[in-house]
Amino acid sequence: MRQSKGERIFSVFNAVILTAIVIVCFYPIYYVLISSISDSSQLAAYSGFRYKPVGFSLEAYKQVFKNPSILNSYKNTMVYVSVGTAVNMLMTCIASYVLTLKKLVINRFLNKLIIFTMFFSGGMIPLFLLVKNMGLLDSMWALILPVAINTFNMLIMKTSFEGIPESLMESARVDGATDLRILFQIVLPLSKPILATMVLYYGVANWNSWFNAMVYLRTRALYPVQLILREILVTSNALSLSGDVSGDIIDISKSVQYATIIVVTLPILLIYPFLQKYFVKGMTAGAVKG
Amino acid sequence: MNGKKVLKQKTNNGPNRLIRDIRFNPSAYILVAVVLAYYITFHYLPMYGVIIAFKDFSPGLGIMGSEWVGLEHFKLFFGSDYAWRVIRNTLQISFYTLIWGFPAPIMLALLINEVRHIGFKKIVQTFSYLPHFISTVVICGMLVDFCSRDGLFSIMFGIHDNLLTLPQHFKTIFVASGIWESMGWNTIIYLAALTGIDTSLYEAAKIDGAGRLRQTLSVTIPGIMPTIVTLFILQIGRVMNVGFEKIILLYNPLTYETADVISSFVYRKGLIEFNYGYSTAVGLFNSVINFSMVIFANRLSRKVNETSLW
Repeated sequence: MRQSKGERIFSVFNAVILTAIVIVCFYPIYYVLISSISDSSQLAAYSGFRYKPVGFSLEAYKQVFKNPSILNSYKNTMVYVSVGTAVNMLMTCIASYVLTLKKLVINRFLNKLIIFTMFFSGGMIPLFLLVKNMGLLDSMWALILPVAINTFNMLIMKTSFEGIPESLMESARVDGATDLRILFQIVLPLSKPILATMVLYYGVANWNSWFNAMVYLRTRALYPVQLILREILVTSNALSLSGDVSGDIIDISKSVQYATIIVVTLPILLIYPFLQKYFVKGMTAGAVKG
Repeated sequence: MNGKKVLKQKTNNGPNRLIRDIRFNPSAYILVAVVLAYYITFHYLPMYGVIIAFKDFSPGLGIMGSEWVGLEHFKLFFGSDYAWRVIRNTLQISFYTLIWGFPAPIMLALLINEVRHIGFKKIVQTFSYLPHFISTVVICGMLVDFCSRDGLFSIMFGIHDNLLTLPQHFKTIFVASGIWESMGWNTIIYLAALTGIDTSLYEAAKIDGAGRLRQTLSVTIPGIMPTIVTLFILQIGRVMNVGFEKIILLYNPLTYETADVISSFVYRKGLIEFNYGYSTAVGLFNSVINFSMVIFANRLSRKVNETSLW
């Protein structure tokens, strides 16, 4: 099918606009990346657009890897993300599976109970007081337990589980299998794609999370990396009034700030292109449902 | 015969049915218990905690021991200048996000859909989804740097000052960066809807002599209209719901006038100033409004579309 002249002009026009959008999406990160490998003393002179590094220096990265706060918080984040995501997956799989068991008398009530929580909550303060009264303040579990199940993710997984033929589960039940066994030996092995998607969703969310840590953690040694990053980037600027910036964070040079951003974001940036299809699949699964 | 009937009636009422069900499916109900434990503990117990909104809460006295003050906190809030300020800011930010942020992913999806070259299409999609995965802290860190005195944006727009200290620019910075973050990712739903359009409709239009633009207007847009309308209604339902994370990372006392929204106000009053009762009251007000808006939005969507959330 030959394109008319008008259509060809449009295609060119379209390509130009889309390329511009790609550049806009990517430029801020690119800017940070090249600034992080720039020579920090020359950086100040070159404000405005940058296309390539100003001088070359890995000094910023050396400083990042020498900073005890940053290293420690990176370790913390790794722990929180692994344990947190494991808890997320376990709880979400159980909840999703339970909701597919239409035969249970309690199912309709359970459905309403859960969906209601998507639209109304007690608020920040009551949750904070609850966590405090449970003695979870200043512990990793305050970051993990209250957010164990993301209801939206859980509903997507439930829809996916409902696609598994009832007959498979029935025959297992006839053979005397408990529901727990059915979940682990039949449902989960057949659900690998959606499980992969959810691991990614929860993993990224856990990696990027900072607010709960800020509210529930008092000991700086427990801070995840996003919280240390917040200190470096946002509060060490004269703007903020909160005074919890510690000695070794004030006076961090620009290029070290940039390097820290890259170090914190790099894991996500690296896995993302390869696993893009899983991220997208989750969204479309949710779209089909709702 | 009669005896059997009586027995069945006796065991068929609510609680007995439940107990029988539990006996029939013990392993399933163990799993149910786990799920219930989570939701009740972390979602419903805090709901009981909203009672603090009506009390002069002091941690030492606990919820029960604190004095009942009824609607005092609400009166205080609505009587102050704060109420108008934060409600206005919340509505304005939501409104700008709606006007600028809602059409953007739709248009981007339409443009992406027109790309014939698969490689280029994939590249555009990959890069446009990327901002969605960058953490809020990193995005705000970049914004703080770009908006600083000699930062990228200050130079670009010729304003020789720290942009984040100027109240008149806050909403623009906030909404524009929000669009940057989510525009690409939000195309996914629209792209999915676009693949659902019957291709024979395009054929028919071409036979009738329709060019690409005409096809877009007459086939494509009507084809995804249900999706657009549903999402639009849902967005309206969230108009009083501006999230606080990005706000509290970007605002400062100099910009409270335009930056402070309901959720950031609730956060500051509660967790920074420890004014627990007052904060919970404002939060409760916000939750109730949001809840009503969602119900309203869903009713509207159902009427317009015959589709709804449940």
